Amino acid sequence: MEFYRPTSWREALEIRAAQPDALPITGGTDVMVELNFDRARPAALLDLTGVPEITGWSEREGQIQIGASMSYTAIIAELADRLPCLALAARTVGSPQIRNRGTAAGNLGAGSPAGDSHPPLLATGAKVHLESVRGSRELSIDQFYLGVKRTALEPDELIRSIEVPAARGPQQFAKIGTRNAMVIAVCSFAIALDAGSRTVGTGLGSAAPTPRQATDAQDFLAEALPWADRDPLAEELANRFGELVAAAAVPIDDVRGSARYRRHALAVLARRTLGWAWEEYRCA
Amino acid sequence: MSAPANIDAPTRDGVGDSPQRPDGIGKVTGEFAYASDLWHDDMLWGATLRSPHPYARIRSIDISAALAHPGVYAVLTHEDVPGAKYYGLDHVDQPVLAIDTVRYQGEPVALVAAEHPEIARRALAKIEVSYDVLEPLTDPRKAAFDATAPALHEHGNIVRHQPVRFGKISEGQRAAEVVVRGEYQVGMQDQAFLGPEAGLAVPTEDGGIELYVATQWMHVDLRQIAPCLALPEDKVRMTLSGVGGAFGAREDLSMQVHAAMLALHTGKPIKIVYNREESFFGHVHRHPALMRYEHGAWRDGTLVYAKAEIILDGGAYTSSTMNVVANAASLGVGPYSVPHIEIDTYGVYTNNPPCGAMRGFGAVQACYGYESQMDRLAAELDMHPLEVRRINAISQGSVLANGQVVDTPAPLAEMLDRLAATPQPEPADQTDIRNLPGGAANTTHGEGVRRGIGYGVGLKNICFSEGADDYSTARVRLAAVGGEPTALVHTAAAEVGQGLVTLQGQIVRTELGIERVVIAPADTQIGDAGSTSASRQSYMTGGAVKVACEAVREMIFERAADQFGVPADELSLAGGKIVAQCAGVLAALADFLGTEPIEAVREFHHRPTQRMDPVTGQGDSHTQLALCVHRAVVDVDVELGLLKVVELAAVQDVGKVLHRNSLEGQIHGGTAQGLGLAVLEEIQVVDGLIRNPSFTDYLIPTILDMPPMRLDILENPDPHAPYGLRGAGEPPTLSSTPAIAAAIRDATGLPLTRVPIGPEDIIHSVK
Ligand SMILES: Cc1cc2nc3c(=O)[nH]c(=O)nc-3n(C[C@H](O)[C@H](O)[C@H](O)COP(=O)(O)OP(=O)(O)OC[C@H]3O[C@@H](n4cnc5c(N)ncnc54)[C@H](O)[C@@H]3O)c2cc1C
Repeated sequence: MEFYRPTSWREALEIRAAQPDALPITGGTDVMVELNFDRARPAALLDLTGVPEITGWSEREGQIQIGASMSYTAIIAELADRLPCLALAARTVGSPQIRNRGTAAGNLGAGSPAGDSHPPLLATGAKVHLESVRGSRELSIDQFYLGVKRTALEPDELIRSIEVPAARGPQQFAKIGTRNAMVIAVCSFAIALDAGSRTVGTGLGSAAPTPRQATDAQDFLAEALPWADRDPLAEELANRFGELVAAAAVPIDDVRGSARYRRHALAVLARRTLGWAWEEYRCA
Repeated sequence: MSAPANIDAPTRDGVGDSPQRPDGIGKVTGEFAYASDLWHDDMLWGATLRSPHPYARIRSIDISAALAHPGVYAVLTHEDVPGAKYYGLDHVDQPVLAIDTVRYQGEPVALVAAEHPEIARRALAKIEVSYDVLEPLTDPRKAAFDATAPALHEHGNIVRHQPVRFGKISEGQRAAEVVVRGEYQVGMQDQAFLGPEAGLAVPTEDGGIELYVATQWMHVDLRQIAPCLALPEDKVRMTLSGVGGAFGAREDLSMQVHAAMLALHTGKPIKIVYNREESFFGHVHRHPALMRYEHGAWRDGTLVYAKAEIILDGGAYTSSTMNVVANAASLGVGPYSVPHIEIDTYGVYTNNPPCGAMRGFGAVQACYGYESQMDRLAAELDMHPLEVRRINAISQGSVLANGQVVDTPAPLAEMLDRLAATPQPEPADQTDIRNLPGGAANTTHGEGVRRGIGYGVGLKNICFSEGADDYSTARVRLAAVGGEPTALVHTAAAEVGQGLVTLQGQIVRTELGIERVVIAPADTQIGDAGSTSASRQSYMTGGAVKVACEAVREMIFERAADQFGVPADELSLAGGKIVAQCAGVLAALADFLGTEPIEAVREFHHRPTQRMDPVTGQGDSHTQLALCVHRAVVDVDVELGLLKVVELAAVQDVGKVLHRNSLEGQIHGGTAQGLGLAVLEEIQVVDGLIRNPSFTDYLIPTILDMPPMRLDILENPDPHAPYGLRGAGEPPTLSSTPAIAAAIRDATGLPLTRVPIGPEDIIHSVK
């Protein structure tokens, strides 16, 4: 097997174009598992960890650009204030070892509906920057996921960065796992309140073939929340929100949990996270 | 001759101290060589083709394409087994390679040897097996009682039915003022050791085999391997390789015969290593259990009778099911005095994965049943759960279900009192979500969380039961090396992580008053040490090392008595010197030994036991009995079904603390394994197929799931055992499971009769 380790972004794109069957690898926490279990046999590996342009993050006009090779550990350490939802989700990924290597871009590349980055990215309206030798394009996150482990990434493209708006209000993320650490989500939920535009973003994980937003629930909440008066959250409102979130899910029964449990748990998580976010908004 | 080395004498790092493990640093730094690290220059890699079906007839096997694959040296099937085609731990019924039938998913069908593991895997895919798929028998109750079920083996589907008849059940039923009944289930737990099955077979010039392997009991392996290879036992030389955990899963053979067959066939060394997924198919698991219990008592809580039916699913082959049945039967009512008992325990064959030895061995399943019943009785009588247990607790002199009189200390009531007096943990600090159910996954900030408290009591037999001549052999050789008296200890006992190698050194230091001890690699060049199971190695191999040391000491004293004209019974060994009562130091041991080492080989046998009567289950079947009790405090999020075990407290009587660090590790680890069974660990089997053969979906507790423990360790010596010790590895595995289950019931008010308890069991029944 060939192993490429480009030292510039340009070089990475060229190799990608020349050899589309070279599998990109960043943290390797998905790729190496696939190789180990003989589930993938790529002709070559394209290691992106030597590319300086995609490390770290930057901020411009309230938008955070997360470089494709920025680890979860770095996201937690450096972006918890600006991107609380993504940092909360990052904290639940695997173990310290996995968080040191794993990246949000790799999570997108893998495209598993259970990936923990997806709900926060959906709830905050993130964008994915894709590039190839042909040029670059920007996709709204909800356009990126096409099916189970299928994404909009073209064979010659690489993810350069993920753009997430700095928080404009309280955000929360919660994940159900049957163990208290190192566990794949049975289901997960993210919520982001935008205090300026008085809108609500949501993201559901492990709840459908692709990560998705609960748009009806978002619209309902944007309309129904007492943004101006900052009244305590009415129980019926929280319940209705929970129902709408559960209704947005099309979960399956599998070895980790039943569809019925997933819907139930999503409703509970939606209610609870809304409650925490709203309390924070009221007290801000 | 007086025992010169009083074990409380200050020999450094002797019995009772906690010296560092000789293998500790290597294991922590990753330098320790496990069996999977074995390497030989011109070795080939073996791989195993396994049945995808739980039950099927094999119509044909076509190996031609696999054999033609470049880099492949051999493709073998049952036709190539040189000797006996079947083997088995207690009963010979398992084919080395499937012959005409496969009886479980994952059963080995063919082998490949190739120059690279990758090539071996590719070749496996080219072997064409044509199967007639049959309807698998997967319901153990049907296997036990439905005569229309297909017979999976010649003698039917019941491996063993062991009744226990004690007292007169009808009298008990007449006398009972309250009766509680329950049906309970235990799912299939896996040992989940971290070092997968691995070994290296090297052909020798004399036509034999050297086998380096991670196992629990080399001599029982040898007795099964040699006939299959058609070799005399002395032509199969086994050496223990680095073992990464065992917990019972290495009692049965895995890759041993396969690697040896390939090595004999190719004339080259063969390495086989299972990966994690294959490991789930490559060893036996804990028997799932279906249990029906009925207990009758007086209103004051005194038990008058107990009735139980326990069905243990042994899966496709016998493995150790017969002995697992005996444990579940003889320990079926636990450490309680019950005047009238009727138990029927069945071990059955199905087309589910084979089940056999796992830490706790039949006693775990029964313990979950009888302890659930004790809680039910307490609730029925409106009594504290500890009070019902205290009223009925056995003590020295009590009679167990098998009629055996408990003839050593069994201070259960005192242990329960101590548990009751243990302070309760504080309410969770909710400002840190890691203290709450769900932990860092941020599922609750306190919403829906209720606390529950539960108790569990367990009774485990130590060493082999039912008349087994269970012994161990040790060689101790004392020589002067570089001016220092140095002992070499040689046994065939398997160090699987429990710390036996440390203990062997401690025993020698205590017995011979020296400091330097070298532990030789364990191999079959010395007599049998028995299995590293049944919590028996401290007792048995510890005992063998002790008696071998005593023999060496005796020889020293005889020689010294001659040489110095001092009576042997006035001599002792201390600080590397021979000391006489009045004259003081006579000689440094190193000088005394000179160039003539002193060596002794000794066997240690425990006291004899009896078989259970096949009709009444009566008989003094157990060597030693050990008690552990647990209290579990659990916070349950009743809306999501997630939970956090807040604290586990345990009281265990170990007779004598030999190495406190190791001992605490055993209690922590056993408790964690019981926690796994209570709330996480289950091999999910549907229609005979395993759905979660990976650590992604077979979840074992992490350090964030296992809470801090409070330990209270008692030392009431057993006069029959070396140093008064009591086997300690298994008892905590029994009682932590029911304690945690009881705590969840306490928090939720739900009956929760099946373990492991998952979120959905809680949610879909909480009102
Ligand atoms: C023990 C363990 C625990 C885990 N726990 C979790 C968990 O709790 N939650 C969770 O969400 N995931 C978990 N994972 C999965 C994994 O860690 C995550 O999906 C992680 O985000 C992958 O990132 P990576 O950088 O390691 O990706 P890699 O393995 O390097 O790549 C993953 C995929 O993305 C592609 N890719 C990588 N970078 C790019 C790029 N720049 N452009 C285009 N394609 C790219 C690769 O080709 C590959 O298909 C776990 C994995 C392990 C082994």
